[in-house]
Amino acid sequence: MGLFLDFNPFDNLLCILVGISFTVWFTLLLVFIIVPAIFGVSFGVRRLYMNTLLKIFEWATRRIERGAKDKNHLLYKPYSNAIIAKEPTSLEEEIKQIRRSGSNRDLDAASEFEMSDIFYFCRRGVESIMDDEVTKRFSAEELESWNLLTRSNYNFQHISLRLTVLWGLGLLIRYCFLLPLRVTLAFTGVSLLVVLTSIIGFLPNGRMKNFLSEQVHLMCYRICVRALTAIITYHDSENKPKNGGICVANHTSPIDVIILASDGCYAMVGQIHGGLMGVVQRSMVKACPHIWFDRSEVKDRHLVAKRLSDHVEDKTKLPILIFPEGTCINNTSVMMFKKGSFEIGSTVYPVAIKYDPRFGDAFWNSSQFGMVSYLLRMMSSWAIVCSVWYLPPMSRQEGEDAVQFANRVKAAIARQGGLVDLLWDGGLKRGKVKDTFKEEQQKLYSKMLVGTQEDRSRS
Amino acid sequence: MGSRASTLLREEEIEEIKKETGFSHSQITRLYSRFTSLDKGENGTLSREDFQRIPELAINPLGDRIINAFFPEGEDQVNFRGFMRTLAHFRPIEDNEKNKDAAASEPLNSRTNKLLFAFRLYDLDRDDKISRDELLQVLRMMVGVNISDDQLGSIADRTIQEADQNGDNSISFNEFIKVLEKVDVEQKMSIRFLH
Repeated sequence: MGLFLDFNPFDNLLCILVGISFTVWFTLLLVFIIVPAIFGVSFGVRRLYMNTLLKIFEWATRRIERGAKDKNHLLYKPYSNAIIAKEPTSLEEEIKQIRRSGSNRDLDAASEFEMSDIFYFCRRGVESIMDDEVTKRFSAEELESWNLLTRSNYNFQHISLRLTVLWGLGLLIRYCFLLPLRVTLAFTGVSLLVVLTSIIGFLPNGRMKNFLSEQVHLMCYRICVRALTAIITYHDSENKPKNGGICVANHTSPIDVIILASDGCYAMVGQIHGGLMGVVQRSMVKACPHIWFDRSEVKDRHLVAKRLSDHVEDKTKLPILIFPEGTCINNTSVMMFKKGSFEIGSTVYPVAIKYDPRFGDAFWNSSQFGMVSYLLRMMSSWAIVCSVWYLPPMSRQEGEDAVQFANRVKAAIARQGGLVDLLWDGGLKRGKVKDTFKEEQQKLYSKMLVGTQEDRSRS
Repeated sequence: MGSRASTLLREEEIEEIKKETGFSHSQITRLYSRFTSLDKGENGTLSREDFQRIPELAINPLGDRIINAFFPEGEDQVNFRGFMRTLAHFRPIEDNEKNKDAAASEPLNSRTNKLLFAFRLYDLDRDDKISRDELLQVLRMMVGVNISDDQLGSIADRTIQEADQNGDNSISFNEFIKVLEKVDVEQKMSIRFLH
C-alpha cells in the first residue's frame, strides 16, 4: 500500500506537465499558424527559414568538396545536362554523309543500299542507351549541392565530424520537431475541410453558400500549405483563371493541387477514391460543384467531355483545374498534353509550376513510393519551395486542331518554367511506345532505297 | 529508399574498367549511374526488357539487334563490366592511341573492332559469315513493310555480288572490311562525351 502511495504524486506531476505542454503547443500552433492561415497573412518566418537553410547547404557542399579534394577522391557530379554530344542530323542526311565518305562512285548514280547504312541506326541506338530524353524524366532530379538529406546524396561518406554532426542535428530537427508539427497541422487542415464543407452543404444554394465555401476551401488549403512548409511565389496574378475557363498546369506531384488551390478557387476533376480521400472528396462536393468520376465513367471519353463542357458553360461555376500530362513528371520537362481538355473550346489559362529541388524533391515517383510514404517524405524534408507563373489566357485559333493547340500551350508553359518541351507521352512511364514511331523510321529509310530506283527508271 | 547511394562503385573496379575500356573516371561513374537507373530490378544486371524500356531504342528498327550485342551467347543478363565493354566500342579514337605499338593488345574502340560490332549486327547466327538470308532479314528489319520481297531480294543479291570475293555467296569479315575500307568508320561509329 505504501508503495502505491509513493507513485501517485509523480503521476500527478507528469500529468500536469503533459497537460501544460499540450496546451502551450496548441496555443502556439493556433496563434502563429492557423489564425494567419484563416486570414491569408504571413509573418515571414518561412522565408527567413529558407534563407538560413540555403546558407547552411552552401557551407555543407563546400565542406564536402574540400573533404573530397583532401582525400584525393573524385567527386561524383551528377549530370544535369547531357552526358554525350548528340548531333541533330536527320536520317537522310546522316546516311548520305556515310555513303559519300565511302563511295568512290559518281554521286549522281547513288546506290540503293550500302552495308555502311547500318552505322546510322547502330550509333543512334547506342546513343539512346547511354542517354535518352524520356526515362530520366520519371525519376527524381539529381542535385549539384547537398541539402543534408541522405536520400539525395550519392557521395555520403564520412567527410568531417562537423558535417556529420550537422546532418545528425538536421535529422533530429526534421523528424522530432518538424514532422510532428506538420502532421498535426495536416490533420487539422483536412478535418476542418471535411467538417466545415459538410456543414456548408446544408445551406441553400446561393451567393452566401458560394462565398462561404470559397473561404473555407482557401483556409483549409492554406493550413495544408503550412503543414508542408511550402514557400510559394506567385507571379503575374493578374492572369489568374476566371469562371468558365480551364486551368492547365504541368504535373509533378499531388501537392500541385494544394499549391494552386491555396491561391484561388477551382473546381477539381478526378476519379472518386475509396478511404480517406473518398471521404474528403465527397464532403468537398457538398459545398461547391467539383467534378468527380466513378472508375467506370473515366473510360468513357464522351461522358467526360460532356460533363466538363457543361461545367464551363455555367459561368457561375469555378474554373476547372486539369493536369493534361496525365501522370507525374519529375519537373525537368513537360511531356505530351492529352488533347481532351483542349477540345472543349473554352479559354485555357496555362499555369507553370517549378519546384526548387534544393530543399526537398517534390516529385512523386508512384512506382517507388505509395501516397502515404510520399507524404511522410514531403513532411520530413526541409521545405517545399516553388514558383507559380500565371500565363496569359489562350484560346484555340482558326484552323488549329486540338493537338496543335495543346502543343502551343505546352510550349508556353515549358518556356516560362524553364523546362524542356518534349513530344513524348507521359504514359511511357508505364506503357510501351507505339509501333507507329518505328514504322515512320522504316518508311523514311525505305524512301532512301526505293527513291533512287525511281530516279533510275526516269533517266 | 534509394539503393543507388548504397551501391557505389569501388575504386578498384573503376580502375580495372578504365584499363580495359579506356573510359575516364568521370565517364565511368556517369555510365554507372545510367546503368543503375536502367536496372529496375536492382540486382546489378540488365535484362533485355530493361533495354526495351528506352523508348528511343524501342523505335529504332535495329533496336533488337543492338540489344542483342550486349548479351554474350546464350546469356540473358549483362552486368556492368559487360555493359561497359560493349559501350567501349563507341569511344572515339584518340590521336595518341593511333600510334600505339603493335605489341599492345588491340583496344576495344579500334577501327577493326568497330567494324566487327557492325558485322555482328548482320551476322544473326554468329557463324562469322553474312549469308543472303541473314542480309535479307536485317534489310527487312530496316525497311519494314515498305519494300516488296522481290526488290529486297535483288538488293541483297547485288550487295553480296559486289562484296563477295571468294565465291561462297556470303560475306566474311575480311570481305566486309574491304567493302568499307573508305568509309569514315572512326567518326560514324563514335560517340563523343561532353566531359
